[in-house]
Amino acid sequence: MGNTVTEKILAKAAGKKNVEVGEIIEAEIDLVMGTDVMMPLSFEIMEEIGAKRVFDREKVVVVLDHFAPAPNIKSASQARDIRENCKKFGIDHMIEVGRGGVCHTIIPDMGFAAPGEVIVGSDSHTTTYGALGAFSTGLGSTDIAVALTLGKLWFRVPPTIKVNFTGELPELIMGKDLILRLLGQIGADGARYKTLEFSGEIISRLEMDDRFTICNMGVEGGAKNAIIEPDDKTLGYLERVCKKPYDIIRSDADAAYENIIEIDCTGMEPQVACPHSPDNVSPVSEVKGIKVNQVYIGSCTNGRISDLRTAARFLKGRTVHPDVRLIVTPASQEVYLQAVREGLAEIFVEAGAAFNTPSCGACFGGHFGVIAGGEVCLSTTNRNFRGRMGSNEGMVYLASPAVAAATALSGRISDPREV
Amino acid sequence: MVLTGKVFKFGDNIDTDVIIPARYLVTTDPAALAEHCMEDVSATFAKEVRKGDIIVGGSNFGCGSSREQAVLAIMGCGVKVVLAESFARIFYRNCINRGLYALEVSKATLDRIFQGDAISVDLEKGEIIKEGSSEFFNFKPISDEMKRIVAAGGIIPYTRQRIAKEV
Ligand code: SF4
Repeated sequence: MGNTVTEKILAKAAGKKNVEVGEIIEAEIDLVMGTDVMMPLSFEIMEEIGAKRVFDREKVVVVLDHFAPAPNIKSASQARDIRENCKKFGIDHMIEVGRGGVCHTIIPDMGFAAPGEVIVGSDSHTTTYGALGAFSTGLGSTDIAVALTLGKLWFRVPPTIKVNFTGELPELIMGKDLILRLLGQIGADGARYKTLEFSGEIISRLEMDDRFTICNMGVEGGAKNAIIEPDDKTLGYLERVCKKPYDIIRSDADAAYENIIEIDCTGMEPQVACPHSPDNVSPVSEVKGIKVNQVYIGSCTNGRISDLRTAARFLKGRTVHPDVRLIVTPASQEVYLQAVREGLAEIFVEAGAAFNTPSCGACFGGHFGVIAGGEVCLSTTNRNFRGRMGSNEGMVYLASPAVAAATALSGRISDPREV
Repeated sequence: MVLTGKVFKFGDNIDTDVIIPARYLVTTDPAALAEHCMEDVSATFAKEVRKGDIIVGGSNFGCGSSREQAVLAIMGCGVKVVLAESFARIFYRNCINRGLYALEVSKATLDRIFQGDAISVDLEKGEIIKEGSSEFFNFKPISDEMKRIVAAGGIIPYTRQRIAKEV
């Protein structure tokens, strides 16, 4: 029996020929990513461990993104301490407010992540970088502190579920719809502890932005990591952004999968996750008409340039419904600048949207668009747990930027194909 | 070691935003986090929970974000053990690394344990005994690999020992 791409990456990182599912290995880490909400605890733990410096200054990136720019004194103090601690522990790559953006967008875009690597981040959506063909997973502050100190960490080799997206991708169906459709099918724990390997003719036709969206939300099915084997599109993207050498690792033809799920995309409708879980998914036709108070377009899931372009196509020359506020938050400085240059920023502002500086912002109920009790928000983010975007009496629906833009115009959840 | 306490029972998919909502993530102090633990699903839990009490969840306990504050919030309540049918991966890992026992127990067993029950959990024997009744249940003890870290007193002392060896 052959091995999956995930097994091969972990075996290589453990210095072994082969690994088996369920085996505990110690892997060398290629990149450790930390964010502003989790690093304070990791630094405390590094002190407790007695660590003096990070294991390798080239292999560590800290991003100020959640409370960026700081909305209150507490978060400002946290950020101040992080800046000091980065100097103290020898972390050179501290991505400052105004120079980066949301971690999961900039880590690949700034060339920090590469295929074949083992990457850990202090954020559950670190699964995003699997879109490059890396093993990438989120961990708690303690594991991150240990990874920062030793550059090694224990892992249990996960079984892999392969997901094949087949058929014809209908107009206006985005990566977001594909992953929501899968989550609706397998549930919030359908891939718990496991690898989701995305494959099939549809995946190979998708651009990187959509692939990042899909891997980003793999964790909403409980997955340890999500991964897409590198192909020409991956290499084209890396050519532009990544300067470091890397290995292209792919699954063997006879790799053993725990399960293979086939999803035929032909005739698929836009998908919407209803409150209060990303796996509570319905086709848009079943939920359209629900009144919303806020529409949010942004986050590491759907705050990339193609997402903003899609939204702008609908908003151009139109205005947001009077009872709705639309908040658009590009996920990075690069996306922001591109949106300005392409005239997308103008389209949003003229439509009556709030166009924000890159930040996690409203996605996790931090700032820049927190919702009140009784309010309904349709959001392009990845998680709609109770209280996630503010009041625990609020309701959050998740959908693609196309659905979001159509909804902002009509004030009710809408099918973008009917606008 | 035998842990005895009163059961606080929760359902399936108790996520980290429920355990400790994001709006309270401005501190890492377990006692401060504990004040808001579970408040979005139970208005009374944080007030009524006592040292040594036991949380019982359903499947996929701790799903959601990687925030370790969720484990700290539970520990801040004085809870030492969480029983669930299954745990979300990161949460499980955080529990082991921090020294909170996260024990996987079958659904059949969980169905026989109710809110307010007093139970004893024998970690070595892998036994749960319901006080004042003859009912007892078995569970899978934590794995050997985990034990090594727990035996060192958690991942922190474990790592400390390792860097001490390297220098
Ligand atoms: S945008 Fe949202 S999901 Fe992404 S890292 Fe920020 S808070 Fe997390």
